[in-house]
Amino acid sequence: MGSMSMLTTDVAVVGAGPAGLYAAIEAAKAGAKTTIINEYVEPGGQLTKQIHKFFGSKEHAAGVRGIDISAKLLGSIDELKVEKRMGTLVWSIFHSNILAIAHNGKSEMLRANKIILATGASENAFAFPGWTLPGVMGAGAAQTLINLQRILPGNRVLMVGAGNVGLIVAFQLLQAGSEVVAVVDALPYISGYCVHSAKIARAGIPILTSHTVKKAYGEISVEGVMVVKVDNQCKPIPKSEQDMKVDTICIAVGLTPLVELAWLANCRFTWVASLGGYVPLYDDKMETTVKGIYVAGDAAGIEEASTAMEEGSIAAISAVESLGLMTQQRAYALRAEAYERLRSFRIGPFGKLRDQGKQFIWRERQKYAERI
Amino acid sequence: MRIKVHPVLGPLKGKATIEIEVDGRRISAIPGEMISSALIAAGIKVFRTTHKKGEPRGYFCGIGQCTDCMMTVDNIPSVRTCITPVSKGMKIKTQYGHGKWEV
Repeated sequence: MGSMSMLTTDVAVVGAGPAGLYAAIEAAKAGAKTTIINEYVEPGGQLTKQIHKFFGSKEHAAGVRGIDISAKLLGSIDELKVEKRMGTLVWSIFHSNILAIAHNGKSEMLRANKIILATGASENAFAFPGWTLPGVMGAGAAQTLINLQRILPGNRVLMVGAGNVGLIVAFQLLQAGSEVVAVVDALPYISGYCVHSAKIARAGIPILTSHTVKKAYGEISVEGVMVVKVDNQCKPIPKSEQDMKVDTICIAVGLTPLVELAWLANCRFTWVASLGGYVPLYDDKMETTVKGIYVAGDAAGIEEASTAMEEGSIAAISAVESLGLMTQQRAYALRAEAYERLRSFRIGPFGKLRDQGKQFIWRERQKYAERI
Repeated sequence: MRIKVHPVLGPLKGKATIEIEVDGRRISAIPGEMISSALIAAGIKVFRTTHKKGEPRGYFCGIGQCTDCMMTVDNIPSVRTCITPVSKGMKIKTQYGHGKWEV
């Protein structure tokens, strides 16, 4: 019987989105043999479908579209000769340094001196009667269809959630040629940025705050939706139902970190609501409670592409420092610069909550270190 | 429906040059696109039915996480169609319940 071959690398990065690509680039630049593994057949993660221009400062590619950032990063990956394993699933981590990977139905083992988990996030579901009908989908799933696959999910769409994802995707559905009937949100206010809600308002699409979905209906797929007004306790107000004929309902009610691999590797976790739920404990080097396993990007708590890139860099800098490929002084200086840039993203009402979440994780990590 | 023109992305570059078979029906597909995309472009929304109640399921998460879009592809059941690219002559079947392994 054939024995499983053991592959080896210095730094294995799981996930080829913004965090993973930055991590791989930073690790390879320092001279580490770097392998990047991605479940989807193409690298780039969610950047590949972000056709809007980014905000922030010049260092964070403000004014550049996600798709163009992705193309640039992929160019660097190739230049630095990072080993790419796309369409490859990581199905477990053994002994905290062996990745079990599967490609085209064949499993292999990859031993890595350092592992960086940049596995991203998945969209939250929202259960209402009829939510499993074909035609109900994640807003991100709809965005993948229109911007990456160039397929229109439906002709008439209801967007559930007036946060940034809901507003951006509603506008992009319009650009793609769908009619967006309304954007609803149970909150009494619009939680997304004004620049996005203004585009929706200019297009004449109603944004119904204090409204939610009562039920979706249809024989074998969505034919319509009942929307209902809610009071400030989020209770439906009787006789306030509106029947909307739609064939598609998009759900944009937040994201959850994808952290199964960190659980499998026996990393310690904590719950941080402002970061999307359970996240592994880590320190300011992005190292988890399992030595040699780092985490970055949405898997370390839901934020955005720009922060994910910085965290990817920090994780890789720390990994190559630990491998002896970078001096402590240089690693310290580079991390300090990255945290300085991160600071500009972690201010303001939303950023501050996330910053507090990060600080909480570091304190919990510290407490854990003191216990053992 | 395919998005042929787009204000940011421009005209559609890919051409539907290959054929795949869905429950015996031939549909065209663009090389490299996901199975789910070819199906939705052809107006197909129900990809499988559930094991216990026989309820319809379709494309939901688009990133291979939710497993709602699983179908039987070339006799292998439970293939996630949203992250599996099409290939020429691929035979796809609506999956009822857990499907049947026919290899």
